[in-house]
Amino acid sequence: MSGARVSTTPWLLAAPGALLFAALVLVPLALTVVLSFHAYDVARGVQDEFTLAHYAAILSDSYFLNIFWRTLRLAALTTLICAVIGAPEAYVLSRMREPWRSIFLLAIIGPLLVSVVVRTFGWSMLLGPTGLVNDTFRGLGIGTVKILYTETAIVIALVHVMLPFMVIPVWTSLQKLDPMVEAAAWTLGASRFTALRRVVLPQVTMGLLSGSLVVFGLSASAFAIPALLGGRRLKMAATLVYDEYMHELNWPLGAAIAMLVLVINLVIMLAYQRVVEARAKRTLG
Amino acid sequence: MHRNGPIALLFHALVVGFVLAPLIVICLVAFTPANTLTLPTTQVSLRWFTAVFAHPDFVASFLNSLWVAAIAASVAVVLAVAAGLALDRYDFRGRAALNALFLSPLMIPHLVLGVALLRLFALIGGTGSLLWLTAGHIIVVTPYVLRLVLAALSGLDRSAEQAAVTLGASSWIVFRRITVPMILPGITGGWLLAFINSFDELTMSIFITSPATVTLPVRMYMYATESIDPMMAAVSALMIAVTAAAMLLLDRIFGLDKILVGPG
Repeated sequence: MSGARVSTTPWLLAAPGALLFAALVLVPLALTVVLSFHAYDVARGVQDEFTLAHYAAILSDSYFLNIFWRTLRLAALTTLICAVIGAPEAYVLSRMREPWRSIFLLAIIGPLLVSVVVRTFGWSMLLGPTGLVNDTFRGLGIGTVKILYTETAIVIALVHVMLPFMVIPVWTSLQKLDPMVEAAAWTLGASRFTALRRVVLPQVTMGLLSGSLVVFGLSASAFAIPALLGGRRLKMAATLVYDEYMHELNWPLGAAIAMLVLVINLVIMLAYQRVVEARAKRTLG
Repeated sequence: MHRNGPIALLFHALVVGFVLAPLIVICLVAFTPANTLTLPTTQVSLRWFTAVFAHPDFVASFLNSLWVAAIAASVAVVLAVAAGLALDRYDFRGRAALNALFLSPLMIPHLVLGVALLRLFALIGGTGSLLWLTAGHIIVVTPYVLRLVLAALSGLDRSAEQAAVTLGASSWIVFRRITVPMILPGITGGWLLAFINSFDELTMSIFITSPATVTLPVRMYMYATESIDPMMAAVSALMIAVTAAAMLLLDRIFGLDKILVGPG
């Protein structure tokens, strides 16, 4: 069991999983990259020649650019709203007494485990023309507002699904903050707002940043929410890929879009790791 | 000194309301006696729950999901415990790369995994097989188990194992009688978390299921795009119930906050 000795044991232990992951993650990804360069013909299907046409189409056709722009815009908006709601909520939670703290933490992050289809369906009921939200609007004399099948509906549901991913990292970084430090700032004459801004906020920056990146990445590749709440016309990247695969049957084009989504996600994740490492280096001196 | 003010509490109430609203509405509408998605006002009815169990597609999909989730979670536990031992206890060339490989499904959007697996399965003739669908689910849920197993292993006091070795126990006996019981909360917690994640998975599955292997979330998605009646609410309420039951179990075994929030 000594660590330094060259041994085959760790490889034997990890081999079953490693082989399965190589076969079902690395190989399929490589195949899909290759597929995205294959030519496609409407009448004859996937061709043997290689082409850059799919990438060129995605990056020049305004239909695709519009969808990508919407995807990035809605993901950014979702991230912003999640930060604005999630960070204060994590702070409020951290100041609660037990047992309320545990109960409400579960209430906030527990829905994470409920299927996205279920939660999206719940929103489609709430936001529909005869849903609870429009009932309330009518009761207030505002009249019926079209929310379902608009970008608003997509963002509302995205925020709902992504909120735990923002609350969790901010909560985690708040746990590391000694509440007495904030109290000390008050004793020394800082206003509540100053204490919050100069003491609490710097502590949660990392949590906020990591939450934002996760929320952005997941929102940009979300499928069920735009598919069910955006209707047929409001497409996002994931629903576009689904259409190319299942309706247009243009797999190479769908593969190219999926690869673009993957690259955007990986760039975000790598940027995040860079930031974390840079920060760790600075704090360690 | 650390009490929340009234504004903070009002904000908190609104957030909790926002988070729970869709789930509560689903559970209420599921009991409606009406034919449309309305809240039950005068009486409650179980007719839509009866309708779900009389619907062969939903029953078949439910059973598919149950099997896929149970098998995927079990295989994931075996793979993750073996890999976790290797990653936790040995320092070897390629360890970091292996770790990254095992956690990669957390970084790759399920959409991408779905189309990638569809391509592979199409080439090897594996589309429409429950076995390959399950294999895809194993990939997705193993990282969750691995993280919990690694957390359990790193917090383990090795002296009991060393004592057993000194007393002449073989490494298999040490593993089975000492290590496994000591990391059991991580294993069971990981199994349940894997089960829930597999049971709920939609985005990858929608690409790699065939009519015979449709899982429950995929069935619900297909149903929701075609028609909207309270049966959908009843299925959703049942799914919430299954998830809530698993959540309570998880909480008992491992502490839900520890699993979802992570140690530290």
